[in-house]
Amino acid sequence: MHELPVTQSILEISLRHAQQAGAKRITDLYLLIGQLSYVVDDSVQFYWDMIAKGTIAEGATLHFQRVPVEFLCLDCDRRYPVDGENLACPRCGSTRVKVASGDEFRLESIDVETGDAADLNLVEK
Amino acid sequence: MPSNIPIVENIMNANDRLAQENRGRIDAAGVFSINLMASPGAGKTSIIEQTLARLVDKLRIAVVDGDIATSLDADRAAAAGARASIQINTGGECHLDAVMLRGALEQLDLTKFDLLIVENVGNLVCPAEFRLGTHKSVLIASVPEGDDKPYKYPGMYRGVEALIINKIDLLPYVNFKMDYFRRGVEALNAGVHTFPVSCRTGEGLAQWIDWLMGNVGHPG
Repeated sequence: MHELPVTQSILEISLRHAQQAGAKRITDLYLLIGQLSYVVDDSVQFYWDMIAKGTIAEGATLHFQRVPVEFLCLDCDRRYPVDGENLACPRCGSTRVKVASGDEFRLESIDVETGDAADLNLVEK
Repeated sequence: MPSNIPIVENIMNANDRLAQENRGRIDAAGVFSINLMASPGAGKTSIIEQTLARLVDKLRIAVVDGDIATSLDADRAAAAGARASIQINTGGECHLDAVMLRGALEQLDLTKFDLLIVENVGNLVCPAEFRLGTHKSVLIASVPEGDDKPYKYPGMYRGVEALIINKIDLLPYVNFKMDYFRRGVEALNAGVHTFPVSCRTGEGLAQWIDWLMGNVGHPG
């Protein structure tokens, strides 16, 4: 239900970086989203298609890379995937754990067209 | 010519920056602030009423209420003795965010208060993602909701500094395995301050009030 403000934030960040790079058009966005973040990919794309209209990001494709949840046991250093009810360390049973991955919520990069070959030196891969 | 621009920016940055501004404003006034979150019906407003009943003689308390519609909760807080009670109607949004809280803070002279209670929209998902700038996040679980909630809503359970377990007077009547519930909480948020209470009987509320009082005057 909170995909609209999330999508607005993604648009704001991507437009800012595209502008700094002198890009003419944003074609693709690469998002890294941990499974602990409650965001529905299809809803973000749905809002994106509405709010990106009329900007240089209109029609851009959103790519979601999902990161599974893993905990790290602070007692025995075991790193393990977490699924459903089994939150405790499978090796030693400890509940002294921390989240090792799965809470990412980042815009990693964007693909842009600069339209001007002279601009490319700074940003080309 | 296509090219790739690396960004690596947290999507919630804009909200988090505003939350920091809110915190600065709250800190400057020396107020201790909490963000109360829970599912609908867990007892957020009842906890606020019970808290006010025990503290209005000692502290100057402001309540900010987030709801999708109506001012029923703000009215209850005012009736229970809050010196100021501000309603934010989110107009359909399922959570409060830092912008909404900023709007409410602008209506308050914070220097006139000791404690600010923000009652978030009833929801176990979305409020966890939006920092407001308050000092402590407090989650209210309630016995009839079931003992599996930490497992189903890990994002909410791992992000709070205190956990109230409300409606413990109902434990004899529902199948709520406290051990199972607490094991989930422990794995997600080891050592979180936990307060089993009943707003109906008053049991356990003294410990919750002690924790609050221990924080007022030493925020952060």
